[in-house]
Order: sequence, then C-alpha cells, then structure tokens
Amino acid sequence: MRQEEQNGGCFQKIANIARLAAQHDDLQRCCTFIIMTSTLDDSEKEKARSVSVDLNNDASLLIDIPDALCERDKVKFTVHTKTTLSSFQKPDFSVPRQHEDFIWLHDALVETEDYAGLIIPPAPPKPDFESPREKMHKLGEGEATMTKEEYTKMKQELEAEYLAVFKKTVQVHEVFLQRLSSHPILSKDRNFQIFLEYDQDLSVRRKNAKETFGSFFKNMVKSADEVIISGIKEVDDFFEQEKTFLLDYSSKIKDSTARAEKMTRSHKNVADDYIHISATLNSLSVDDNTALKKHLEKFADLFEKLRKVEGRVASDEELKLTELFRYYMLDIQAAKDLLYRRARALADYENSNKALDKARLKSKDITQAEEHQQQCLQKFDKLSESGKRELTSFKGRRVVAFRKNLIEMSELEIKHAKNNMALLQGCIELLKSN
Amino acid sequence: MAAEMEPPPLGDAGQTDFREIEDGEGFFVSTVTILESPEPSSPDPPSMPAEGISTNGPKQEDISLDDDPEDLFAEATEEVSLDSPEREPILSDGPSPAITPVTPTAMLTPRMGLGTAEMFERSLDELEEDESGDTFDMHIAVSDPEKVGDGMNAYMGYKVTTKTSMTIFSKNETTVRRRFSDFLGLHSKLASRYLHIGYIVPPAPEKSIVGMTKVKVGKEDLSSAEFVEKRRSALERYLMRTVKHPILLKDPDVMMFLESSELPRAVSTQALSGAGILRMVNKAADAVNKMTIKMNESDAWFEEKHQQFENLDLQLRKLHASVECLVCHRKELSVNTASFAKSAAMLGNSEDHTALSRALSQLAEVEEKIDQLHQDQAYADFYLFSELLGDYVRLITAVKGVFDHRMKTWSKWQDTQLLLQKKREAESKLQFANKPDKLQQAQDEIKELEGKVQQGEKDFELISKTIRKEVSRFEKERVKDFKVVIIKYLESLVQTQQQLIKYWEAFLPEAKAIA
Repeated sequence: MRQEEQNGGCFQKIANIARLAAQHDDLQRCCTFIIMTSTLDDSEKEKARSVSVDLNNDASLLIDIPDALCERDKVKFTVHTKTTLSSFQKPDFSVPRQHEDFIWLHDALVETEDYAGLIIPPAPPKPDFESPREKMHKLGEGEATMTKEEYTKMKQELEAEYLAVFKKTVQVHEVFLQRLSSHPILSKDRNFQIFLEYDQDLSVRRKNAKETFGSFFKNMVKSADEVIISGIKEVDDFFEQEKTFLLDYSSKIKDSTARAEKMTRSHKNVADDYIHISATLNSLSVDDNTALKKHLEKFADLFEKLRKVEGRVASDEELKLTELFRYYMLDIQAAKDLLYRRARALADYENSNKALDKARLKSKDITQAEEHQQQCLQKFDKLSESGKRELTSFKGRRVVAFRKNLIEMSELEIKHAKNNMALLQGCIELLKSN
Repeated sequence: MAAEMEPPPLGDAGQTDFREIEDGEGFFVSTVTILESPEPSSPDPPSMPAEGISTNGPKQEDISLDDDPEDLFAEATEEVSLDSPEREPILSDGPSPAITPVTPTAMLTPRMGLGTAEMFERSLDELEEDESGDTFDMHIAVSDPEKVGDGMNAYMGYKVTTKTSMTIFSKNETTVRRRFSDFLGLHSKLASRYLHIGYIVPPAPEKSIVGMTKVKVGKEDLSSAEFVEKRRSALERYLMRTVKHPILLKDPDVMMFLESSELPRAVSTQALSGAGILRMVNKAADAVNKMTIKMNESDAWFEEKHQQFENLDLQLRKLHASVECLVCHRKELSVNTASFAKSAAMLGNSEDHTALSRALSQLAEVEEKIDQLHQDQAYADFYLFSELLGDYVRLITAVKGVFDHRMKTWSKWQDTQLLLQKKREAESKLQFANKPDKLQQAQDEIKELEGKVQQGEKDFELISKTIRKEVSRFEKERVKDFKVVIIKYLESLVQTQQQLIKYWEAFLPEAKAIA
C-alpha cells in the first residue's frame, strides 16, 4: 500500500469519519478519530518531525507510530518497530501503547543509575484536547445564533483543530521513541525493548515499577533543584558555563513558550472571526438586490479563503515556533536534570572525602571509606565525561533545530502572505472592474 | 482663529434671502434671517407659511445664477426655521413649533402655468441634479480637537473646515470651531424639521458619558486619545453625510453651522434638560403608538421595503458585532506579538551560541515590527469597516423612523376622517333639532374638518412620495459607500501583507546564517 497514493483519499476518509463522529448528539462524547499518519507523504512527515532532527536514520532500529485511536480521553498509539537486531524476537512488529506507558518508560530510564550521565529525552506531554473540546461545547451552545452554513464551517474548523492536536501528540510521542532508538546507549535499554516488544498490557508492569521506585522516583523526577546545582562549587569551567547558561536560558525559554502560545492563539481567533464575517456577508449578499450584491458575494468569498490561509499561518507558527520552544524547554529541563545528578554525585564525592578523612583520623574502616571514595570519584568522573559529551551534542542539536524551524517558518510566512496578497489583489481587481 | 472668520452675513438683505409663501395668497417676499425673533406660530397651517420641502436654495441676488431655463423655482420658497435657538425643538410630532407639512398645491403660482403637482415633482428632480448648477463638490474636515476649559465643565472643541466651490456658500473655504453639543443641536433641528415629512436625516454620533468624562478629567492616556479620534472621525462622517443630502444641504441651520463663527449653545441636547426628558417621554409614547396603529398597507412597495430594511438591520448588526470582535482580537494579537518580541529578545541575549543569538534578536525585531502592523490593521478594521457598519445601523434606524412617521401621518388622516364622519352624523341629527346656531357651528366644523381631511390625505401622499425618493437615494448612497469602503479596506489588508512579506524576507537570510 503505497503511502503517497493513499494520500488524498485517506485525508478525505479521516475528514468523513470525523464529521460522522461529531454528528452524534453530544459533540463532546464522540471524538473517535482514527488517524493514519502513514497517509502523510514523506516530506510532510519530515516536516512533522522537524523539532528534532537526524532521527530514525539507523536502519537497524526503525520506530514509528503509523496510527492512533482517540477514545474520549484515552489515546491508543500503535508503535511499530522494524529491526535487524538479534536482540529482538521478530524483525517487524507492532504493539498498542497508551500515554501512561511512555511515561513509565521515561521514568524507568531516569531512574536507571547507569544513565545518570545522559540527557534523558523529555517525556511526551499528555494529550490535551481541552481547548478544542471546550470550543466544541461552546459551539454547540451557540448553535441557535448562527446560520447553518456558519455552524458547519465552525464545526469543520474545530474538527481540524482536533485533528491538529491529535497529530501533534502522535508526533511528540513518536519523536520521544526515535530519540531513544537513535541514542547509542539508550537504544539498548532493556525497558525500552520491553516497551517495544511486550505484546501484552504494560499496565501491570507499570504498577510494579511505581511501587519499587517509590520515593526515590519522586526525588529524581522532580525538577532539578537549582539551589543544589548553583550551590555546588564548580571545578570545571565547562560545567560552570553550562550551569549559568542553562539556568538562565531555561527560565527565558519557558517565558517565550508561554508568550508564543498566546500569540498563536490570538492568530487563531482572528482566523475564526473571518468565518463569522464571511457567513454574515453571505447572508447580506443573498438578501441584497442592489448593485452591491456581487460585491458582497465576492467579499464574503474572499474572507472565506483568507481565513483558511490565516488558519494555516496560525498553525504553522504554532508548530515551528511555539512547539519548537516548548520542546527545547523540556529538553533543557532534562539537561538541567543531568547537571543536578552530577551535582549530587559531586556532593557525594565530597562527602565521601570527608568520611575518608574521618576514617583515617579514627583509624577505622579506612579501606571501606577508600573504596567508597573511589566509587564516588569514578561515578562523578563518568558523569562529567558523559555529561560533557551530552551537553555539547545537545547544543549542536538545538542550534540545528532552531535554524531549521526558523527558516521553515519564515518561508511559510512568506508563502502565506504572498497567497493572501494574490487573493486580495484578485478580489480588488474583480470589484473594481465591476 | 476668530480673526479668520468673517462675521456671518446676517441682516444683510443682499446675501441670504429666504422667501416665504402663504397659502393661496400668491407670492410675497420677505427677508428673514435666523436671528430675527420668530413670528408666533401656531402649529397648524395655514398660518404657518412654509413648504415642507425646500426647493432651490436661497439664491444670492447679486450673484447671477445658473442659466438653467428649467429652473422654475428661482424665486420659490425656502423653508424657514422659525425655531429660534432658544426654543426647544422636540422630535416628535406633537405640538411642534417646527414646520408641519403643507400641501404644495395651493402654494405656488407657477410662472408657466403648469399644474402644481407636476411642478412639485420636477422641483425635486431638479433639486437632485441641479443644485445651483454645481455638481456636488464639497469637502468637510473635522480636525484639531482641543480641550477647552477645566474639570467637569470642560469640553472638546473641534475645527470644522469646509472647502467647496459651490455657489450657495459665501466662501470657498470656511473654518469654524464647534463643540459636540453643536453637532447634536444641528441634528436635533434637522430631525425636527425633516424626519416627520419623510426625509432620512443622518443621525448624529452617540453621546458617551464614560468617554467624555475621561477626557474631562484630563486622563491623557491611549484610551481617551482613541476616544477623541473616534469621535472626531464620526463627526466628520456625520457632516459629510448631512451635506450630501441635497435638501439638508440647503437648510439654513446647516449653512449657519458651517459658516457662522458663533453658534448659540444648544442646551436642549443635554440628556438631563427639560427637552431631554420631553424627548424620552415622546419616544415612549411613540413606541406605544407604533404598537397600536394597524395600517392597511395599500402599497406593496412599502411593505416590501419595510421588510427589507428589517432584514438589513439584523444582518448589519450581526456583521458589526463580528467585526468588532475581529478588531478586539487583532488588538490582542498585536499586544501578544509585542510581548513575544520582548521575550524573544531576552532569549536572544541569553543564548550563548553567537549566530543563534543574533538570529533570535532579529526575530524579536521582526515580531516587534509585525505587532505594529497588526495594530495598524486593527485601526483599519475599525475605522473603515466597523464604523461604516455602525453608521449604517444608525442610519437604518432613521429610515425605520421615517417609515413610522408615514404610519403616523396615515393614522392622523384616518382619525380626522373618523372625526368628520362623526361630525356629519351629529350635524344631520341637528338638522331636525331646530337649533340654528348649533347647526351653523356644526357645519363650520364640518367644513374645517373636510379641509383637514383633504390635507391629511395630501400629507400622506406627500410623505409616501418623499420616502420613495429618499429610499432610492439612500440605497444609491449605500451602494456607493460600501463599494468604496470595501475596496479601501481590502487595500489596507494588501498593504499589511506586503509589509509582512518584506519583513520575513529580510529575516530569512538571518535564519539561514545560523551556523
């Protein structure tokens, strides 16, 4: 089944299913979307994954999420793996997974001591259909005040929004897995393999995991304690710089993400207003029997076309800007977590030194203390070494991703603005010649 | 500024010339200026010698007029406002000191002996095509809002500049200063004079207690500056609409408004004045009357138009609300973009990779320019699109008012007819009662009523005819207005998009330069 051939038809199918689903009485309850991301052609898929680059290139382990099902609040992802590695039982297989399973995997990786020196890819955010759901609800309430056409258009718009949120969440989950699969160390993780392969429900495992890790789990998963990080006397210039940079950058990017989100949402609002305006202009033109009729008709038509473009502008800005910032905000948090673990290791090392001195003083348990001290030092060194590697590659990744997204966003903005202009000028000419 | 303005041509017989005509008495000419004390008027004709419709405007005798041979009305009547400014014009039909419609039939002794009805018809046609031989060429600008006074008695003075080549005006360019209540006063005079005979008088901009209070209190912030600008623009549009109306243009109060350096203060426009309260009472009475009058509509045209305007009203209100929403959201977008720009700038500063840092700073600059773009677009959304719709919503209220007046005129006519019938019945009874003086009285009353019935019928026909013409004129104006504004608005959108392209194309190489 060639993906590209199925392209147009599949989109239509999706739209139809979505429409049918939403036609039920309670709009809220019936969001059963079946989305097949394989219907996107390769270039779109590439764009979809653009927040993180150079993933899924290694043919020895290829992961993707070909489709997902949304029932009420739950999203079920189909995780598909293709591998040449012998560690897996089959070369090609799929399993159903829920969002909670991804979180379990992430937490398990964070908990693993061996990975303390790595930046663990941030867990994918929970699927959030709150915004379109709320809008759907409001739309249902306001149905009486709109014309049938207006209502239909608004509903279509909301369905598209639902779809967009859906696609985004699929993408984000996919990227998480792909970052793991492309990491030389993490791709070999046992839990990761279980996640990919285990053909039964993971929820039992999840519960067990929670009980085992308990409070330690909580301590590690909590945001890096900045006091501890900044309190430690840094011996290494590199880490000193990184620390300063990450702490500052982290708060700034969090702020930028929030504001970018507000901005793109306002943009969406403007696009939605165009729908109402177009609908009313249409009604006016229908009732009009003066020379204004044609003008109003064309004006209404123009607004309908403009709003589609504006909607695309808003969603492209969201994907390229807001989502970019959001992703790296999370990634930076993961980097901070690394610093935190290293700081803890340094603290442990310093404590072990103190303990060794005490032991020497007391002439008691010296070997034990020496061993402990050695362990701490080794651990710290390992973390520092791996940490340096990780942070350097992180910076590289980040710069490349920013560059790619900013370029793509600018190109799209230009494209859409040119589109808008063509529509507007076409309409003006038409009206003037009348 | 006072030095610029010449004293208005009052009392100067040569300049403004208003003529009056009395019923069936042929012509007499008298020069009446606005500031002469008004003759004591009784509300009913025939002692009120004025025509409901002004024909060709006041001609200046010393200036040779157009050579139009068709101009039968060179010496025809001009409606005189016998309201002195001290009188309080009341906007309803009641005991109005304003002109009541008088049938034109008995009025003019045509120079060429044509039937008056025809003459009347032609007078209107000519009026529309031939206004002193000038095509409509007039431009009014309202500008330079300046606060006068302090505290709660302060007000905004506006400069009103009229530029015209039309000969009915004494000068090509006049500048006067006016305050908001002057505009309201003008409108109230025009409304009381013309609305009830079927003319669509453009409504004046609305009062705003909140807005004005901010200005008075001296809040020099963005919202009060915006309020003043909104009002200034609305006043300008109001005046332009008023003078575009061929009849209103010739009204002496309009002329005086545009040309006199000093205008008596229109106190009756205050909401809490006696006149204001009377207005409210009358409005309520009207509303009740409207519900109780059931008119037998014989003319399908009126039925159709009435329905059309009801629909148009609904749709325009809806559209206006949607556009106001758009304005609001675009302003929000502008604010949010500005806030994002600041944040991106800070992020750029914090970024340690040099090229990326530069790119982020550039992004911040681009977004800042874009936020200004959104703000400008929001202004265009508002001043072009939203205000047009708001104006037309108010105009349509005036149109509906005119339709209502027609209903009232019909009702009055019917009532008079009923009264006549009753008197006739009473008279026939008196025939057998042998009370000669009572009989005589009854017969006198009947004669008077018969005249009134005739009058009522003619008034009704007149207002119907006027409304037809007015509606057709209104529709033409509406089509023109909308066409012009739609194109202007689209051009504003084009400009925004052009700028966007420019900004993003300038940014693209910066993004590509990240290495």
